[in-house]
Amino acid sequence: MSILPQVLFLLLFSVAGFILYKRIKTIRQMIFLGRPEQRNDQKGERWKTMGLIAFGQKKMFKRVGPAILHLMIYVAFIIINIEVLEFITDGLSGSHRAFAPFLGSSYVVAMNIFEFLAFAALVSCVAFLIRRNITKVPRLRMGELKGWPELDANLILWIEILLVSAILTMNATDQVLAERGVAGYQLVEGLFFSSLIQPLFTTFGDTSLVVLERFAWWFHIVGILGFAIYITYSKHMHIFLAFPNTWYSNLKPKGEMKNMPEVTQEVKLMLGIQEEGGAQESPSEIARFGAKDVNDLSWINMMNAFSCTECGRCTAECPANITGKKLSPRKIMMDTRDRAEEVMENINNGGKGLDDGKALLGDHISKEEINACTSCNACVEACPINIDPLDIILQLRRYVAMEESGSPAQWNAMFQNIETSFAPWKFPPTDRFKWADKLKDQEAK
Amino acid sequence: MSEKSYKVPTMAEKASAGEAPEVLFWVGCAGSFDDRYKAVTQAFVKILNVIGVDFAVLGEEETCTGDPARRAGNEFLFQMQAASNIQVLNGYHVKNIVTACPHCFNTLKNEYPALGGNYKVVHHSQFLQQLINEGRIVLKGGGGYKGKKITFHDSCFLGRANGVYEAPREVINALDMELVEMKRCKSKGLCCGAGGAQMFKEPEQGKKDINIERTEEALGTGAKTIAVGCPFCLTMMTDGIKNKEKEQDVQVLDIAELIAKDLNLS
Repeated sequence: MSILPQVLFLLLFSVAGFILYKRIKTIRQMIFLGRPEQRNDQKGERWKTMGLIAFGQKKMFKRVGPAILHLMIYVAFIIINIEVLEFITDGLSGSHRAFAPFLGSSYVVAMNIFEFLAFAALVSCVAFLIRRNITKVPRLRMGELKGWPELDANLILWIEILLVSAILTMNATDQVLAERGVAGYQLVEGLFFSSLIQPLFTTFGDTSLVVLERFAWWFHIVGILGFAIYITYSKHMHIFLAFPNTWYSNLKPKGEMKNMPEVTQEVKLMLGIQEEGGAQESPSEIARFGAKDVNDLSWINMMNAFSCTECGRCTAECPANITGKKLSPRKIMMDTRDRAEEVMENINNGGKGLDDGKALLGDHISKEEINACTSCNACVEACPINIDPLDIILQLRRYVAMEESGSPAQWNAMFQNIETSFAPWKFPPTDRFKWADKLKDQEAK
Repeated sequence: MSEKSYKVPTMAEKASAGEAPEVLFWVGCAGSFDDRYKAVTQAFVKILNVIGVDFAVLGEEETCTGDPARRAGNEFLFQMQAASNIQVLNGYHVKNIVTACPHCFNTLKNEYPALGGNYKVVHHSQFLQQLINEGRIVLKGGGGYKGKKITFHDSCFLGRANGVYEAPREVINALDMELVEMKRCKSKGLCCGAGGAQMFKEPEQGKKDINIERTEEALGTGAKTIAVGCPFCLTMMTDGIKNKEKEQDVQVLDIAELIAKDLNLS
């Protein structure tokens, strides 16, 4: 037996591993363009959140139909990856179905589960292609998806279809060969789903079947390695990032905005409020109030952006978007990621990195978009993996208000009213308690 | 009560008499200045009076919590407001606060602690629900609402922002009204369009105003009463009803007003 396939396999496996390692490093670098942020309190609660939301897909089940289809692909992905272990063992050792002798009769059960999941994933992928391209679910057809995002989404589905088809083809041809007693193939009685397509191959000669079986095997394993690399360039990274992303969820009430301690210090100095414990340290150098670019956001914002699958549940629930405004929370996440990738490309090309004359605010996200937000948290609630577009929007608004004084004129007027009349409307502060006058004269019942 | 008129004591009066009330009623800017919402403030104070809750208000010492400034991005202004309000509140050793504004509620409850203001804050729907549960409010069935259809519009800052969905609904149920939910309710509730400082500016260009979208949904329930628990929602929904020329048939009311009417206080 030639050792060539094993060498080839090892080579492919190593190259793919190396590329993946480089890609993961790059993605890590892009995420950590963001500022440091501590969020590792309440560990018990965090594990629980990750278990329920990422592992248990709790929020997906707000929409049962897509949730079931998605669950099939998700379970198939996790379980079939166990089979990949066998693929790798076979590939490296030159064995065939290395696990069969160890597992005995439970091997058939395991194979049938794999086949069922492969089939279910196939059905789900077809259903998703139909939803995207034929029934045209509105949230999957919006402007921000034109071009690469749309192609990316379809490519992922087609790749998945090809990968699971390869499993079924492999098992079917493998069993036809085993039934004919061809050397090296062993009979695994009772493979249900692949037996359905066996008739397709019975007319083939032994040699062409072996070629087909080997092709399916190689296609599947090379496909999986290729897909793993592809994912790092696509919107599909949620399959890994959903887990850390939910672990680092915001566990505070959604209505609470993050405090800016650097402002607190200045306000206390201005009002002459002494901090307990005596004199304060002078404020450390503040780069910028609010966020203009990705390095002003926190690394959790950035991880959010790389975890986003562009499903658009956020945008579908956004009151501004529903009523035709430019704002789309999904686009906020996509823009944040695009900007990070743009900056990274600059760095890799030995260029200026962040100082390329562009910024997240202005070149990717416009003021019109962020101004339309009602901070209603519908997007945050809708996200199946707890991404928080609102946090980014509010940080951008802070930059506009505090660094540019560029808020809408009516907001500037509101600021002025609060400064002079202590209310957002222009009423004399002395009128504040007049509502009680009428009551005090009224006869109580 | 010896005199037969409503009492609205201030914290300053209470302090000078050496008293500390059970709870501070934080009125909010809308409750103080907005003509329509002043009626809600008055309704709530009447309820507090007749059931004998020991409360006080800040009167002219109250100022904007800073919520709209913060949401519009002006953190300096927010923190200036917060710092001065916290000085006043801590000066009176305030421990419990009730407010009829979900925006004030959210800010006082969630955002003041980081700046040194720690209080137990409840929304008036929670407060009323508790009074009903304790049997301190005994409903009389006034106002002619019994058995009528009603829908409740969730305020984002009460609902999604703070997870308060049931308190206002329990108050409505206590009124023995038929609650018809909109399709988008509770955690899926659609904003009225005024949150995030939108109340203070014109909306961005679009194909529709958010309050019209929401009003259409509320009208779709067939309810003649739309209940709210927020001054901004009240304004937005009332404007929506006017836009649809339904102000003769459909009323937008705060839950405190519903209780006050039931108790024949208005």
